[in-house]
Amino acid sequence: MPATALRKPWRSLRRQREAAGFGLWVFLGSEVMFFACALTGYAVYRTLWNADFLAAARETNVVYGTLNTAILLTSSLTMAVAAEGARAGLRRLTLACLAATIAFGLAFLVVKGFEYREDIERHLLPGPGFALPAPAAQIFFAFYWLLTGVHALHMTIGLGVTATLLWQAWRRSRPLRSPAFEVAGLYWHFVDIVWIFLYPLLYLAGRA
Amino acid sequence: MSEALVQRDIPDAPAPGESYLTAGTGLASWLLTTDHKRIALLYMAAITFFFFLGGAGAVAMRIELFTPQADLLSDDAYNRAFTFHGVLMVWFFLLPSIPNILGNFLLPLMIGAQDLAFPRLNLLSWYIFITAGGLAIYTLLAGGVDTGWTFYTPLSTAFANGHVLAAAAAVFIAGFSTIATAVNFIATVHLLRAPGMTWFRLPLFVWAIYATSIVMVLATPVLAMVLLLIFAERAFGIPIFDPLRGGDPILFQHLFWFYSHPAVYIMVLPSFGVISELIACYARRRVFGYSFMVYAILWIALVGFLVWGHHMFVSGQSMLANLAFSFLSFVVAVPSAIKVFNWTATLYRGQIIFDAPMIYALGFVGLFTIGGLTGLFLASIPVDVHVTDTYFVVAHFHYIMVGGAVSALYGGLAFWWPKITGRLYPEGWARFAAVMMFFGFSFTFFPMFVMGFLGMPRRYHVYVPEFQVWHVLASSGAVVLAAAYLLPMGYFAWSLVWGKRATANPWEATGLEWQTASPPPAENFATPPVVTQAPYDYHPEHSGPPAIERAAQRPQGHQP
Amino acid sequence: MSGLGEAAPTGAAAIWRGRLAVWAALLALLGATLALAYVPLGRFGLVVALGIAAAKALLVVLLFMHLRKPDPLLRLTAFASLVFVAFLLTLTFADVLTRAAPTQPGTVLPRSGPDLPATGQRAF
Repeated sequence: MPATALRKPWRSLRRQREAAGFGLWVFLGSEVMFFACALTGYAVYRTLWNADFLAAARETNVVYGTLNTAILLTSSLTMAVAAEGARAGLRRLTLACLAATIAFGLAFLVVKGFEYREDIERHLLPGPGFALPAPAAQIFFAFYWLLTGVHALHMTIGLGVTATLLWQAWRRSRPLRSPAFEVAGLYWHFVDIVWIFLYPLLYLAGRA
Repeated sequence: MSEALVQRDIPDAPAPGESYLTAGTGLASWLLTTDHKRIALLYMAAITFFFFLGGAGAVAMRIELFTPQADLLSDDAYNRAFTFHGVLMVWFFLLPSIPNILGNFLLPLMIGAQDLAFPRLNLLSWYIFITAGGLAIYTLLAGGVDTGWTFYTPLSTAFANGHVLAAAAAVFIAGFSTIATAVNFIATVHLLRAPGMTWFRLPLFVWAIYATSIVMVLATPVLAMVLLLIFAERAFGIPIFDPLRGGDPILFQHLFWFYSHPAVYIMVLPSFGVISELIACYARRRVFGYSFMVYAILWIALVGFLVWGHHMFVSGQSMLANLAFSFLSFVVAVPSAIKVFNWTATLYRGQIIFDAPMIYALGFVGLFTIGGLTGLFLASIPVDVHVTDTYFVVAHFHYIMVGGAVSALYGGLAFWWPKITGRLYPEGWARFAAVMMFFGFSFTFFPMFVMGFLGMPRRYHVYVPEFQVWHVLASSGAVVLAAAYLLPMGYFAWSLVWGKRATANPWEATGLEWQTASPPPAENFATPPVVTQAPYDYHPEHSGPPAIERAAQRPQGHQP
Repeated sequence: MSGLGEAAPTGAAAIWRGRLAVWAALLALLGATLALAYVPLGRFGLVVALGIAAAKALLVVLLFMHLRKPDPLLRLTAFASLVFVAFLLTLTFADVLTRAAPTQPGTVLPRSGPDLPATGQRAF
């Protein structure tokens, strides 16, 4: 481990690693509240307009949604292996798994793009000319667009971080023992968890 | 502090070139610094600027309100003035002031650390703050916002004409700065305490900043999301709170106040910390009931999340929720009262020194007590229905946030000024300013209680002539108050050049921040400190303070 | 922080082995929730869907994010925010579920169409 990995306020590398993980967990607590705010809105409206919400949710594309869930779960697997490989010092495994994670993340966004295009073609954007007659259906789709959009933004940030790490590991400018791999992994898994909850709320509601 | 620390040789001033102020020169050494002390000064500059801008809005309003008719401002301009005043003062002055200036500077010093846990994140958070502030200034220059700082729907999403999007974006971005700072503080307190600095040896200021940071981390994202919802609804027309399509504007108020009520505690909890330090030092007493003070801070931080509905008693919220929120609001008053009683008990048998910081602290206790007790009026539903949206509410929250938080900020700045700059401020002027702030504040805001109770509604630029005497009183008081705010800026600036050099510990205070040179060296401590005792070691434990045999207090103006 | 006391697995195969099992479990749960979504369970459909989502999230948190390791600080941090989510939901619903009829959203519907132009200017 190069001595330069130790940064200013820290007296030991172990403590510094601990801080990186802990700091990210605190940030994730913040992120939980961020999504909780919107999901509270969703919950309130779903309680008030249950039938309209279920009818609207049937209009989402469950194939794309399920496919994307599977892609994200798999990307979490490769991310977990990448973080573990980095800690074990396995360079090839780390690089391959980081690349795979990026590939899965991009695949997710591509599928999302197809899905968005289909939604727009079917006039599922809230506003004039909306496809469904019930007014509250527009509220469902307001949350659909907002939540998936914010999630996609998080995915994009995660992709940027992962790509940076892959580049740095490739160029050997960041040692594999750096806490960054694990921290990026934590963030990626969190974004995955958000989707795990969005999937039943947005795609599976009203199917029965 | 411990014997070992006392015996350690602490130079009063750092060797030339070692002080954090002179460790590097040139603009880049400031704008790219990762030193928490320098970043605190960057924050001080930015926050002072926003204080002036927000203050300008207040000045415009107070001039307008001298007479019952509209003279200076049109109705629309008045709306924009109070909105701008609110947005700037809340998010760009009060929220960041004590945590980001004093907290940034003192937190690592008080726990014996070299710096905050993530120094580069700390700098990044300043730049985010500046970006947000730039956007806020753009909002002003582009024409302002007229929704009030609360951005209530459907006014903000459908009907307002101002630059709601820019204002919401500014506050949204400022939230990232808040969260980054809070994460930094939490990680620092958990992982960077000096050897021996156990949780219950932390100074109360550190506890207060820590609790504040937790509130920031958990509340700010809710504001971010709810602003995003507003933004999306206004910009893209997606219906979230639109009543025409089944939306619920009251839901917006729930989500908004889930943040904004805890935000009040973000503003006032750090003040609690500052005041505890000041009162202990200038009464030469251990803080009475230290552990209860800690529990009270944590209790306020927790229960502060459960009371937001008392802002919504007349909004159409259900009666059951009204009752629940009313009860919980009374509950949150208990720890605040514990703190006031404990400060008072700390003064008992203390050797009180009426230096400027102590005058600010005593003023804080008085103003906070009035503000807190009137808060109970507002937590009681029948009274609140009577005074909702009147000047009574305006007076109440200004007592907490201006009388309380700003007094604490000025007191804290005076107290730690020698540590920050290595210079002593002129004590006589400072005492004068402190007394003037108390009276100026009371003249400005006490009349508002009276006219609010008589029915003067807030957010109006014209009013019936019966209220003029109270408005003139308030506006005249505001002149005094403005002078009391400007005077310290003058003598602080004066002291930078002509002030006496400070010793390492000019107030003979306890606390690790005084166990290093004034101003501290860039790495904070020449040798890493070790803590062996509880804080506030002003006299032996389990015995009163020493008899009054201390030399008469020397006002600094006459110091040798 | 996570994994400090743990003997790091040395080989790539060892790393894959444990995590593939988790991944398989996650995909199985995904299949289960998808299938159950088409079974008419009434209002329990939501409970089942959210229960399975919570199970998946727990798998990810415990096994991918290493919370299984006994680190009280991290566990507290990870789950503390859920308490505040509960506060938000409980007190908001305390209002929404008990509100008097005239203030319930929707009682003004449909006074006018959704296409009514709002008057505010949309400048940034």
